[in-house]
Amino acid sequence: MDSGARVKVSLFITCMADQLVPAVGLSTVRLLQQQGCEVAFPALQTCCGQPAWNSGHAHEARRVGSTLLDAFADAQYVVAPSGSCAGMVRQHFEAMFADAPRQAAAARELAAKIHDFSQFMVNVLGVRSLPGSFPHRVTFHPSCHGMRLLGMREEPVTLLRAIPDLQLVPLPLAEDCCGFGGTFSIKLASLATKIVDEKIDHVVSTGAHYLVGTDLGCILNIAGRMQRRGLDIEALHLAELLDRAVQAGEGAHA
Amino acid sequence: VSVQALGTTLEERAERALGDEPLRKAVRFTVDRLRSGKQQGVEAIGHFEELRELGRQIRKHTITNLDYYLERFAAQATARGVQLHFARDAAEATAHALRIVAQKHARTVVKSKSMLSEEIHLNDALAAAGVDCVETDLGEWIVQLAGETPSHIILPAIHKTRAQVQTLFEAEGKVALSPDTATLAAHARRRLRERFATAEVGITGCNFAVAETGSVVVFTNEGNGRMVTCLPDTHIVMMGMERIVPSWDELEVMAQLLPRSATGQKLTTYLNVLSGPRRTGELDGAREMHVIVVDNGRSAQLGDPEFEDILNCIRCGACLNVCPVYRQIGGHAYGTAYSGPIGAVLTPLLLRDKPSAELAQASTLCGACTEACPVKIPLHDMLVSLRVRSVAAGDAPRSESIAFRLFAWVFGSSGRLALASRLARALQRFAQRTGLARMALRRAPFARLLKHRELPKPAARTFRDAWAEEQHRRRDV
Repeated sequence: MDSGARVKVSLFITCMADQLVPAVGLSTVRLLQQQGCEVAFPALQTCCGQPAWNSGHAHEARRVGSTLLDAFADAQYVVAPSGSCAGMVRQHFEAMFADAPRQAAAARELAAKIHDFSQFMVNVLGVRSLPGSFPHRVTFHPSCHGMRLLGMREEPVTLLRAIPDLQLVPLPLAEDCCGFGGTFSIKLASLATKIVDEKIDHVVSTGAHYLVGTDLGCILNIAGRMQRRGLDIEALHLAELLDRAVQAGEGAHA
Repeated sequence: VSVQALGTTLEERAERALGDEPLRKAVRFTVDRLRSGKQQGVEAIGHFEELRELGRQIRKHTITNLDYYLERFAAQATARGVQLHFARDAAEATAHALRIVAQKHARTVVKSKSMLSEEIHLNDALAAAGVDCVETDLGEWIVQLAGETPSHIILPAIHKTRAQVQTLFEAEGKVALSPDTATLAAHARRRLRERFATAEVGITGCNFAVAETGSVVVFTNEGNGRMVTCLPDTHIVMMGMERIVPSWDELEVMAQLLPRSATGQKLTTYLNVLSGPRRTGELDGAREMHVIVVDNGRSAQLGDPEFEDILNCIRCGACLNVCPVYRQIGGHAYGTAYSGPIGAVLTPLLLRDKPSAELAQASTLCGACTEACPVKIPLHDMLVSLRVRSVAAGDAPRSESIAFRLFAWVFGSSGRLALASRLARALQRFAQRTGLARMALRRAPFARLLKHRELPKPAARTFRDAWAEEQHRRRDV
C-alpha cells in the first residue's frame, strides 16, 4: 500500500454488529486506525437486506439494501466485519437491483469497493504481523459465505498467525455449515440444532478455549448453543480477538 | 404422486428422521467416506477444476441446443433398430412401459438403477399390473425388500445398517445368514441370478445418450446392468430428455466427472454402451430395444434464465454428500425421489405444486452444494429464486410476510432504525424489570430459535449511538 496518503475506509457495520455486538465494530475501527486508515461511519446505512432476500422477500430486501447505495456512494473502500454481508453486496446486489438501472450501476460500484475485514487487512493493507499477544488455544470456523461468496480461505488464518503466541488448532470438518441459515434456524429449529451440535462437538474435540469466526450470524448461533450446553468456550469475532491481542501486547510493553 | 401424497410437512418428516439414530449414523458414516473418496479422486487427477469447467460448458451447450441433439439421437438410434417413444409426463411414460411389458407377456421384469423410474413411480405401476418387478442393484434391492424408496441418488440404501440388511435378506430368502458383507452380497448375487435367468424384460435408466451414434450409456459398479441388458429378450431404457451428450468426446469428460464426483472412482466398474438391439451374427444382447424419452416437467425449464441450468445435472449425488441438511436427515425426509440440494431445487421445478415448493426451505444456503457440483449448477442461488417465486405466488406464511414488511419499514431508513432500537431497548429494560421479558420472548416470532439457544444479551448502546457520542465528545474537546 502506498504509504503517503491515508487510506480512507468507510465502515459498513452490519445490522448484527450494530444492534447486538457493537464491540465488533469498535474493534474493527481500532484495528483499521492502527494500520493508519482514516475510518468514517456513514450514518445512512442500515443493513444489506440479506435476511429478506434469502427468504424470498425481494421487494423488502431492495428497500433495506438501497440504504447502502446511498450511504457509500462517495466511499473509497467499504469494509464490513462480515463475509456474509460483504458477499451479499458483491454477489447479489447487481441482480437484486437489476430492474432499476441507476441503482444497478450504484450496486455494481459498491460491489467493486466492498471488502470483508480480513481480506481488506491482508490483501489491501498487506498486514502480515501484529504486535499482539494471545497465548491461548484457538480454533477457527470459516464461515460459509466468506469462503464461498468471497473466496476467503487464507486471510483469517494469516491474521491469526500474525499473533506470535496464539496457538491455532485445526477444526475437524471446518468447512461444514454451523446450521444458522437465517430463517432456516427458525423454520426448522431442531434440525438446525443438530447441525450446530455437530459443529460444537468438533470444537470441543480440539480442546480450544476460543472459537473464532468472521461472521456474527455463525458466531452467535454457535455461542448461544454452547452457552445452553454449559460449555466454557468463548466464541469471538476475529476483529475482537485481534483487538484483544493487540491491547494485551500494548499492556505488556507499557 | 407428489409430496402432497405424503400428507406431511417437511418439518414433520425432518423430525421423524432426527429421531432415527441408526439412520443418521449410517448416513453420516457413508457421506464422510464418499467425501474423502472424492477429495482423493480430485487431488489425484490434478486438473479437476478445468474438467469441471469443461463439464459445465458441455452441459450448457447441449441443453441450449437440446432440440437439435435430441433429433440427432432419435435419428441415429432409430437407424440402429431402437424403438423410440416420447412421453410428456409420468402417466405417458409408465403407459409406454406397461404396454411393452404386456406385449411381451412378461411376468418378471428385472431392473437396474434408474432414478427416473423412481420419479415416475414405475415400480408401483408394474406391481399394479401384476408384474413381478425386481430391482437388481444391491442397494435398490435392499430398499425394495424394505418397502421403501432410495434415500440417495447413487446409494439407495445409504440409510440402512448391515444388521438391517441381514434381517431383510433372511426374511426374503427364508434362510439364516451371518452379518458379514461377503455373505450378504453372495446371498443377493445368488437370489438375483435366478431372476436374471427368468425375466422376459429388462429395464434400465440412462446416464448419457450419445447423439452422434444414438447410443445409450449406463454406468454401474455391480455388473447387474450388463445382466439386465443382455439376458432378457427385451430391453426398455427410461431416459430423461436432457440426458444427451453430443458425441463420444463429450462422453469422455462426463465419464470422468461423474464417478469422481460421486465416489472418487476414476471410472465406474462397468460402462455399458448400448447401440441398438442384437444384430444378426451377434451372440448376445436384447432382441428388442425400446427407449422411452421422458419430459415430465423438464422442457418447462428450457429458456428459463433462472432455472434452465438445472437440466445440466448429471445425477452424481456430490451435492447430497456435502449438504449439512442431508447429513442430518437423509433422503426420505425430502419426500420425493430426488433428495438433497438437487432434490430441493429439481422437485419443486418439475412438480410446480405448493407442497413441493416447501423443499426450497430445506437449506441453510451455505453454498456447499454449488461448490461440489461437477457442472457448477448454482444450486444455492436457485433455492433463493424458488423462495422468491413462492413469496410472489403468495405462499409465504402471513406472519413471515408481516415480519419482513416490518423489517423493511424499520431498516428502510437509518432514522427509523435508530428510533426503533432505542424504543426496543427501553421496552426490554422495562420488561426485564417487570418480568414480562420471558413471556414476550416466548411469543416472539423467533421463540423457536431460543428453545435450544441462549439469546445474545444486546449491548446497552448500538454501535451507531456509540459512534455518534464519540464524535460529539471529540467536537466538544
